[in-house]
Amino acid sequence: MNLTWVLAWRNLWRHRRRTWLTVGAMLFCNVLLVFLISLQLGSYQVMIDNSLALFSGHLQVQQADYRADQRLRDTVPQVTALAEEMRGQLDAVGVAARGQAFALASSEERSFGIQITGVQPAYEPLVSSLPGLVAQGRYLQPDDSDAIVVGAVLARNLRVAPGDALTFIGSGRDGSIAAGIATVVGILDSGIPEVDRGMAQVPLAWFQDVFAMGEAGHAVVVRMAHLEQVQAAVATTRGLLPAEENLAVLDWDALQPGLRQAIQSDMASAWFMYAVLILLVAFSVLNTQLMSVMERTHEFGVMLALGLGPGRLARLVAMETMLLSLLGLALGLLCGALLVAYLSVAGFTYPGMEELAARFNMAGRIYPEFSVVALTWGPLVVFVFCLLAAIYPALSLFRLAPVSAMRAAR
Amino acid sequence: MSAVVCEAVCRTFHQGDALITGLDHVSLEIQPGEFLCLSGPSGSGKTTLLNAIGALDTPDGGEITVGGQRLGSLSRAELAELRLRRIGFVFQAYNLIPVLTARENVEFVMQVQGLSAARRRAVADEMLAAVGLAGLEERRPAQLSGGQQQRVAVARAVASGPDLVLADEPTANLDSHSSAHLMDLFEQLNGERGVTFVIATHDPGVMGYARRLVRMLDGRVVADEAQTPQRMAHE
Repeated sequence: MNLTWVLAWRNLWRHRRRTWLTVGAMLFCNVLLVFLISLQLGSYQVMIDNSLALFSGHLQVQQADYRADQRLRDTVPQVTALAEEMRGQLDAVGVAARGQAFALASSEERSFGIQITGVQPAYEPLVSSLPGLVAQGRYLQPDDSDAIVVGAVLARNLRVAPGDALTFIGSGRDGSIAAGIATVVGILDSGIPEVDRGMAQVPLAWFQDVFAMGEAGHAVVVRMAHLEQVQAAVATTRGLLPAEENLAVLDWDALQPGLRQAIQSDMASAWFMYAVLILLVAFSVLNTQLMSVMERTHEFGVMLALGLGPGRLARLVAMETMLLSLLGLALGLLCGALLVAYLSVAGFTYPGMEELAARFNMAGRIYPEFSVVALTWGPLVVFVFCLLAAIYPALSLFRLAPVSAMRAAR
Repeated sequence: MSAVVCEAVCRTFHQGDALITGLDHVSLEIQPGEFLCLSGPSGSGKTTLLNAIGALDTPDGGEITVGGQRLGSLSRAELAELRLRRIGFVFQAYNLIPVLTARENVEFVMQVQGLSAARRRAVADEMLAAVGLAGLEERRPAQLSGGQQQRVAVARAVASGPDLVLADEPTANLDSHSSAHLMDLFEQLNGERGVTFVIATHDPGVMGYARRLVRMLDGRVVADEAQTPQRMAHE
């Protein structure tokens, strides 16, 4: 075995307590980073899933121009047939067709502008969490016809309750006047006032009838089991679309561009905190190695006298730092991986989180992401910074002169 | 070719505002295979001269040539290479690496020289046996007596195959018995391997081994004489 490595390893254990303290700092930092990064990535998964589960789904098929203008005539033809075909081809949690229009809703006392959505009651609960948020009454059922569910704020504004009639008037796809009377069967409370203020859902078939849509709709919404499946589902869906129609497949990033920006912003602020943590550990290593070099000045002087160049001495210090950092890396990875492996199965929660999540019909636990990236990213950065921390102590050896170094106290 | 040539070597040191003369125009020529002692009281310049000859310190003036190489013309890296391959050092305080065993201490310089592991081990064991430490190869310095540590240091100095061994007060920390053993060892290595020894000492017993005695005072050579070696008595 190379004696320089032997020497480097044994030098580490000259001051066991100091070495273990430094390794302990690295271990703590690495475990914390592994846990926080895994939790962060896991929480993004939850954040994305929760946001998408509310309404938009992981991907949608729309008429290419619909997203920009939301015009009633920019439709997906044969929307329920397309949804049925996609249901057969995609390994999705749910596929549901929708139609959307704007209308003026009137109760006996008041009128408000609303967005009315035609949904497939049998499939909508599979793509959206809204059907699970019924505060009063019930959600739509497959055999419903002129039934409507409305948001809680809208219901309060219109002063309607389940059993009341609601009249709405709008414009049909063919330019005709679209008008209908529906009975309120349920009130949805998403907890988001902006959503609850203008939301109303009716059965898709009835929607198509009232708004002169024929067999058309405005979107086919798909919800996948995992975010990683989305791109493959997008590719499969593109293959199912009729070439003659100007249809587009939009993934979650295109449907909710603000979501990625929110994640990136959160990551940036988290990395600032991580950077502070990493720098603190790097300075701890710098301190350890600087002390180690200073207290061995005499010994380094002897080595210089024996014919070792300062470069070899610097390499020795670098080796010592590498071994120290590898120890911190290995132990940190091991402990961090065990912790995250457990939490990725058991989930992580804090007091009040489950109650809050239940309020929004969302998952009450975060499952940290157990992945190579989540496990190694932080510890590897710590490792690199700890190696960089050896530069100054190593460079200080180039200033040593053998005679003056040997005069230093042992 | 001479092993060492010193020509009007000067070295001064600053101590506060005072200028201390370490070496004052020292000229000396040492032939290969010589066994030479530098003697003189503390502060006479023995160690300063050894450091200058060993390329550990740079004189202010004059010229030193070791094995035909003028030290003043060599770079820092070349000086380190010269020390590595041609000069062995034995220090007063042994200066072994505490975390390495006796064998590893002897092997260490040979590894830096680039010798294979098998060759290093063979030479190290041979040298440790030659200095009377067979069986103690795996002991660390803290597990050896002062005399044994100094013998490991001698094995280390000689194992790398130097032409010149510089020893600075090598017996200062040893009892008379160990001192006698060490000097016998030096004499043996000098006789059998032809290694040039330059020993700085103020121990009369050590001086007795020298075939040439150079006396120094206040940084100058005041006497340079050949003598008949006399061994120390082993008590």
